Amino acid sequence: MKKGGWVRKDLLGLQELSKEEIELLLATADSFKEVISREIKKVPTLRGKTVVNLFYEPSTRTRVSFEIAAKRLSADVINIATESSSVRKGETLVDTGKNIEALKVDIIVVRHNCSGAAVMLARQLRASVINAGDGWHEHPTQALLDIFTLKEKLGKIEGLKVSIVGDIAHSRVARSNIWGLTKLGAQVTVCAPSILIPPGIEETGVRVTNDIDEALKGADAVNVLRMQFERDTDSVFPAQLEYFKNFGITTDRLAKAKKNIIIMHPGPINRGIEIESAVADGLNSVILEQVTNGIAIRMAALFLCAQANEYIKKKVASQPKQHEDIN
Amino acid sequence: MPMKEKARIMDKNGLMRTLTRMAHEILEKNKGTKDLVIVGIRTRGAHLAFRLAELMEKIDGHKPPVGVLDITLYRDDLSSIAQQPVVHKTEIDFDIQDKKVILVDDVLYTGRTVRAALDELIDFGRPLFIQLAVLVDRGHRELPIRADYVGKNIPTSPKETVQVRLEESEGSDEVAVMENHE
Amino acid sequence: MKILIKNGRVVDAVTGILDAMDVLIEGESISKVSKDIKDQVDTVIDASGKLVLPGLIDMHVHLREPGREDKETVASGTKAALKGGVTSVLAMPNTTPAIDTPDHLRLLAGIVQKTALAKVCICGSITIGRLGKELVDIAALKSLGAVAITDDGDSVDDEGVMSEAFKKAKDADVLVICHCEDKKLSAAGVINLGFVSTQLGLRGISRESEYKRVERDLRLAKEAGARAHIAHVSCKESVELVRQAKKSGLAVTAETAPHYFSLDEDALMGYDTNLKINPPLRRPEDVLAIKDGLKDKTIDCIASDHAPHTENEKEIEFDRAAFGVVGIETELSVAITELVDKGILDWPGLVEKMSLNPARILGLNKGRIAAGSDADIVIVDPQKEWVVTKDNFVSKSKNSAFLGRTLKGVVEYTVCAGKIAYSIG
Repeated sequence: MKKGGWVRKDLLGLQELSKEEIELLLATADSFKEVISREIKKVPTLRGKTVVNLFYEPSTRTRVSFEIAAKRLSADVINIATESSSVRKGETLVDTGKNIEALKVDIIVVRHNCSGAAVMLARQLRASVINAGDGWHEHPTQALLDIFTLKEKLGKIEGLKVSIVGDIAHSRVARSNIWGLTKLGAQVTVCAPSILIPPGIEETGVRVTNDIDEALKGADAVNVLRMQFERDTDSVFPAQLEYFKNFGITTDRLAKAKKNIIIMHPGPINRGIEIESAVADGLNSVILEQVTNGIAIRMAALFLCAQANEYIKKKVASQPKQHEDIN
Repeated sequence: MPMKEKARIMDKNGLMRTLTRMAHEILEKNKGTKDLVIVGIRTRGAHLAFRLAELMEKIDGHKPPVGVLDITLYRDDLSSIAQQPVVHKTEIDFDIQDKKVILVDDVLYTGRTVRAALDELIDFGRPLFIQLAVLVDRGHRELPIRADYVGKNIPTSPKETVQVRLEESEGSDEVAVMENHE
Repeated sequence: MKILIKNGRVVDAVTGILDAMDVLIEGESISKVSKDIKDQVDTVIDASGKLVLPGLIDMHVHLREPGREDKETVASGTKAALKGGVTSVLAMPNTTPAIDTPDHLRLLAGIVQKTALAKVCICGSITIGRLGKELVDIAALKSLGAVAITDDGDSVDDEGVMSEAFKKAKDADVLVICHCEDKKLSAAGVINLGFVSTQLGLRGISRESEYKRVERDLRLAKEAGARAHIAHVSCKESVELVRQAKKSGLAVTAETAPHYFSLDEDALMGYDTNLKINPPLRRPEDVLAIKDGLKDKTIDCIASDHAPHTENEKEIEFDRAAFGVVGIETELSVAITELVDKGILDWPGLVEKMSLNPARILGLNKGRIAAGSDADIVIVDPQKEWVVTKDNFVSKSKNSAFLGRTLKGVVEYTVCAGKIAYSIG
């Protein structure tokens, strides 16, 4: 295989990717952005392939985004939404994965509330696994679309000052963004109340602050995370209004920041909790562009993993029978 | 696979003369540049497309619009994509509806690349017709595809490769036949 | 039955290493240890080039019977023990039912009597049902053969109850084994709280949850004047607390498990549930502290905390997987590879940790190769290497932290109560 190609059958996170691999994903997404702006928004690349969205956590936007991406590539899409509690009593994740694979499914897009679920599934299956969010661990396509949007707006990532604000400790979006941005040379600052800063996060190279004004000062972009209420039930969260008062992104707060600061949010927005409506809908906001870019990124992820897996399958088939490595 | 040069078919001047002749042919057959658009297949087909457009401007006074097609997403073999790292962009900034499209590639071999290009072009609209211009036709078609304009016919064996090198991509202009050296 | 073990390198924690020694076994005892024994015997084992060690005594083994015979039984667990060179185990009482009443103890004792292939010492729980509220009748359990009590798997949260337990245990001369964990602080965590837990997005178990409880249990033991044994020490603070307690004259002993001196939390990148243990794997500095603790005798024993689990309970999402690893078949090899080979302990030192000290703590006439001692002996090839795979295991469960690793040291014979209970091949 030519050097610089994508050789992984799965996309599980950004921590294990090299700078070059991330750049390849972004460049590929760029080409796909052209495709989705055509009259006929379809290419036959994954025709005959089947993509299953296996979502153990409720999600509409990510699931629909992956579905649209897969359909634009001419793949067939099946959606499976399970409540984790019912699965707990029944089939294990790996059994579910293997059953789906037995239906000759090529790619499984999985969202799960347990960290490491996608990693575990990918190890056990020959099908490609794309992580659509596992517990607090990673949400690679979200971070990639965030980075893609930044690059589109500001031309490059290296040297950019990016702040991430919100519940960093429990956020897979934060983690994936931290890995992706630092690998591409951005200066990342994370900002949250102390209890929401995870131990050792400075070892990734990010700057840590509890002061929102400090986080916004001089930043080229700020990624505002949702204050999660549905995932965690036992941690102590500041009251919503108090959070807005101390960490909310408001027009007043932004007056002290760069005039052209880019406002990002993974959605869905909690208006009045982490972000003021005027800011979310304002001129600096790229929130809706993020959504569009999400399709291009997910097409790129599906495409690259599918072609790598085809190559791997061909290689395995042409070799004499020996102990096979799944990945 | 290590390759050894077997024969030099064209040098810089030869390439220039061949392209000039092809530009004349295209203009002659189509009676000028009206409604004419040139679409090159990445990567070298695109460079040749730009060159042909320039040559036509010198001859006819008008330069037809040029578009670039990346056919990676239309190939019939997903596993072969691993050989090429990046999907580049297709850039067709004009409407091809009812236009006379000259599709350009460097080497015509099995015909599968052209087949993919035709599929992709048609997704952009319904041209009046599509004519194919190739710098080299090396034979061994696997699909019923033929070129309307050929720079040079070079009969080859499957063990050989025809390498087109261009200033824009390889730093020099020449066409050579390479042998796969075991 | 007379057995003669010829020409081996005999290791005894008291007398040291004796080369080219013969060991004569008569009935269930060692009758003679000297050069060139000429007695007529029934069986001769040629131990040339091999080490002859006293049978290992593992103070922390979950045999799972009664209740979870799918994971392990007294029979399969003791069979596995013998393969690992272990001739005596202390069976943990967190079974179903727990070993909390005379009836339940008799139940286990009956199973042991009928099916055990090695010596199984009985351990009672501290509280009824291990619920942490009502003390068991310690004296009654002692009279039926219990040598220790523990609520292992849990700690007794109520200070009053634990204090009472120490006092009653002292009166009955029963050892209290302390599983030190403050569940309020370990907060449903699944690995060590730190940068690895941050990277993996997993809930962390703080070090305080262990060492603060060690602090408490040592204080309560001191107040009661009772013996205390700290189970599965995993972090440097716990080691230091035991060190200081011993310095101040407290009757405290401590154990650690092989995984705590050979693996740290970095091994968990990749979500291998076979490394999900409670207490969790900690940082490299803790591994060093444990090794130092073994060297300077702060830590008295190595015990496997053998915790068999079925595949269903392990090959699932990390959060949901059961805690624990098997270890009885690998502990000697891991100790040889990580401690003896690396110069942390010499052979007599190893034998002290894995045989003599446990024997003394539990009051057994074992742990020595000397005339009059129980005939529990293991013959080891100390140089031979082997790769740990699921197929190797005799235990019903295969959840080992060392799968795929190459270890040094292979048990060739295990003699238990004067009989050859295991031989390789």
